[in-house]
Amino acid sequence: MSTEEKQHTNSQQHADGQWVDPGLPPHRPRRADVDPKAAKRAERQVAALFGLSILGTIATLTVYFVQDQTEEVASIRLVNILLGISLCFAMLGIGLGAIHWARTLMRDHEMVEERHALRTSDENREIAVQYLKDGAEDSGLTTSRRTLLKGSLITAVALAPLAILVPQIGNMGGDWNVSKLRHTMWAKGTKLARDPDGTPIKAADVTIGSVFHVIPEGLNDLEHGKLEEKAKAVVLLIRMDPRDLNIQPGREDWSFDGIVAYSKICTHVGCPVALYEQQTHHLLCPCHQSTFDVANGAKVIFGPAKRPLPQLPIAVDDEGYIIAQSDFHEPVGPSYWDRLKGTSPSPSASQEADA
Amino acid sequence: MGAKVNAAAAGTANWVDDRTSIGGFVKFFSRKLFPDHWSFMLGEIALYSFLVLVLTGIFLTAFFVPSMDQVTYEGTFETMHGVVMSKAFESTLVTSFQVPGGMLIRQMHHWSALLFTAAIVTHMARVFFTGAFRKPREINWLIGFTLMIMSLAAGFTGYSLPDDVLSGNGLRIIDGVTKSIPIVGTYISYWLFGGEFPGEALIPRMFTAHILLVPGIILALIGVHLFLVFLHKHTQYPGGGRKNTNVVGLPLFPVYTAKAGGFFFVVFGIVALVAGLFTINPVWNYGPYDPSPVSAGTQPDWYILFIDGALRMMPGWIAGHPTEWVIAGYTLSWNILIPAVILPGIFFTFLALYPWIEAWATGDRGERHVLDRPRNVPVRTGIGVALISFYVILVIEGSNDIIANLFHLSLNDITKVTRIGIFALPIISFLITRRICFGLQRKDRELVLHGHETGRIVRHEHGEYIEVHEPLSDQEVWLRVSYDDLAPLEIADEFNARGVRRKGYGWDRFKQRLSRFYYEQRIQPVSPAEYAEAQHHAHH
Repeated sequence: MSTEEKQHTNSQQHADGQWVDPGLPPHRPRRADVDPKAAKRAERQVAALFGLSILGTIATLTVYFVQDQTEEVASIRLVNILLGISLCFAMLGIGLGAIHWARTLMRDHEMVEERHALRTSDENREIAVQYLKDGAEDSGLTTSRRTLLKGSLITAVALAPLAILVPQIGNMGGDWNVSKLRHTMWAKGTKLARDPDGTPIKAADVTIGSVFHVIPEGLNDLEHGKLEEKAKAVVLLIRMDPRDLNIQPGREDWSFDGIVAYSKICTHVGCPVALYEQQTHHLLCPCHQSTFDVANGAKVIFGPAKRPLPQLPIAVDDEGYIIAQSDFHEPVGPSYWDRLKGTSPSPSASQEADA
Repeated sequence: MGAKVNAAAAGTANWVDDRTSIGGFVKFFSRKLFPDHWSFMLGEIALYSFLVLVLTGIFLTAFFVPSMDQVTYEGTFETMHGVVMSKAFESTLVTSFQVPGGMLIRQMHHWSALLFTAAIVTHMARVFFTGAFRKPREINWLIGFTLMIMSLAAGFTGYSLPDDVLSGNGLRIIDGVTKSIPIVGTYISYWLFGGEFPGEALIPRMFTAHILLVPGIILALIGVHLFLVFLHKHTQYPGGGRKNTNVVGLPLFPVYTAKAGGFFFVVFGIVALVAGLFTINPVWNYGPYDPSPVSAGTQPDWYILFIDGALRMMPGWIAGHPTEWVIAGYTLSWNILIPAVILPGIFFTFLALYPWIEAWATGDRGERHVLDRPRNVPVRTGIGVALISFYVILVIEGSNDIIANLFHLSLNDITKVTRIGIFALPIISFLITRRICFGLQRKDRELVLHGHETGRIVRHEHGEYIEVHEPLSDQEVWLRVSYDDLAPLEIADEFNARGVRRKGYGWDRFKQRLSRFYYEQRIQPVSPAEYAEAQHHAHH
């Protein structure tokens, strides 16, 4: 490239009524290109940066060997910070050094390379097509008599993956018994117990305005499937002033003196509905903010859920413990295609308080 | 000494080349030219953060136990003493607290995952706004798109591995979303979790996906992605001497070997620094997964936030009508399907197909290797900004509880506003962006015709004051006049001479409509004639 001066000879820009490409701008020399002192300085800077990396590596190894990490969170945090900073220097030194080298010392005259059309030449295309034709001819595929061959090959190849996929996919779903989703551990007489320690709750312990996170008694003793059962069975037990509680029709005996129990699993996508607002009697799911009104059958008043939280019918036994009257009367948790089909815990399963 | 080394190197090169013909590769690669621009580094950041992920990930596999067997924690972290947890969670605590440096590597892994996804999205935005997806790069756009989806898969499977309560609730949401799929949803959920949620199969399965399947696919796709970059040669920004038929830049060896190679170490170093200084995903504060507890402010990692926002936004009831239907006894949950399945489906399909959509409007105009300045394709730029605003609204809604807390706003109000915003904002941002692009194009015309304002006011002899304008240099003019001035497509008539309706007319008509939407309203570059006239004026 010539070192022609930047000029304003604009007349050359439109020959024949067309704009003319002015070509590459002239190369602008850098400090180090013209001043040997600047070049020397840049060289020292690059070396210093590489040196910094070496120090960083030594520092990282030193921290690793002398660190005395204890259980203390503070000591772990300190080791983490020191290792992070020294590793940063070890890496950044190399990186910045190399980039500084490229930017100051390496030749930076832009070069031009022509592109070639990606399309294969017509001649080559013809040859390629001919090769494929020849191959097809050689194999006998083009002969019309060979339809049996073609048909059987395609069928065999299409079917063969099933031999691997069906057992593979078939095994992955466990027992495929999706009706398990309709049942929980709750049964007639199961005591409501505190989550997580599993101690049963007496009606007298539940003061007005209080809320208990509840699991079925005996959940903690399960050998297998404890989390699966817990993921369906968790319940919120809330006592309200009976005057505030609008008991839903058909559920007159499901509560006890203002104490109600609702599934804690959101009817939206299944997060635990864990936040209870005592003043408004609202339950809020922290994941997507579906809001349920406990005073009105846990009906949805805001957010993405459609169905009320399923209610667990409760009673109090002779010793004063709160017990379940039965399982939930409908599947708990998120909706699914056939949730209203099949055998549900109770014939009244389809009664939904949509209102 | 130097001569000896040279002789040894030559000998080795000869030995290898005799057996591999590597000379051809060296010839092809070493002086390959790459144009220089900061925005070309975005893809590099993605590549390097992936390398950091692989390096730190290998470290982590040495300590992580992908098992959901329940154990009682007896390790050094006192807060968790006696807590029942899965082996996955326990081994995460061990890696963090008992393996010196383990905490740093875990944090680096998580931070670089966030960086990886962010760099991919930004890189994709750069490619979109500059039109780098045009012929011949449509396939590479699709590969990049697939890499983006894979990065989300890699991120989500990794995020869920520690089996803490936060990621466990994320999986619970995935379970709920899966179950909403009509007919097969319940079975897909069983297939995924090996039975009922949460089961004992998921962590080992996700571990395999996270360390083998997904990174394997990513690695293979990166290979093809870069191969195509070399094959196509890199795109370049417009400027003097830069044509669709050439590439102007500096050679791979030594300049980009140093710059790009060095940049890997810079990314590595910065990830190490951030991981050293800033805590990420402190699962030891959240506790192990338990289906019962959850806390407020439960956000997934940033790249999943938009789906969470969509789930929050969609109401279960609209004006007294439920969005979950029961048809002949079967449950159809639009309130989950629309935000979590259909909406991302449409969004991603549109993104994947975008190069073709624009090509329908443009028609095949050959290979395009010179990038567009975003202002010169106002409709595309408008669509891009509309997509971003759509995405941002979802992200805002996904963090509505945090925003409500920070700014003392009502959670419900934010949701109501975003429910309207999701429809209104993309349209408004499209219109405003397109308008800004037109404005910038007019400004370019103005500059070419009248030159730079110099701020110097001169009084003529006859008393007239004028501001002196300095004409633009050749290079400056060329940058502003050399873009493609695309006009809407012309199509053949509906009926031929004999009055027979032409086959394929409907499709052509659609393309023409699309083309008009894109190119009907446009600002043309200054023509040489206009320029000559303006120059003529300036001299008088």
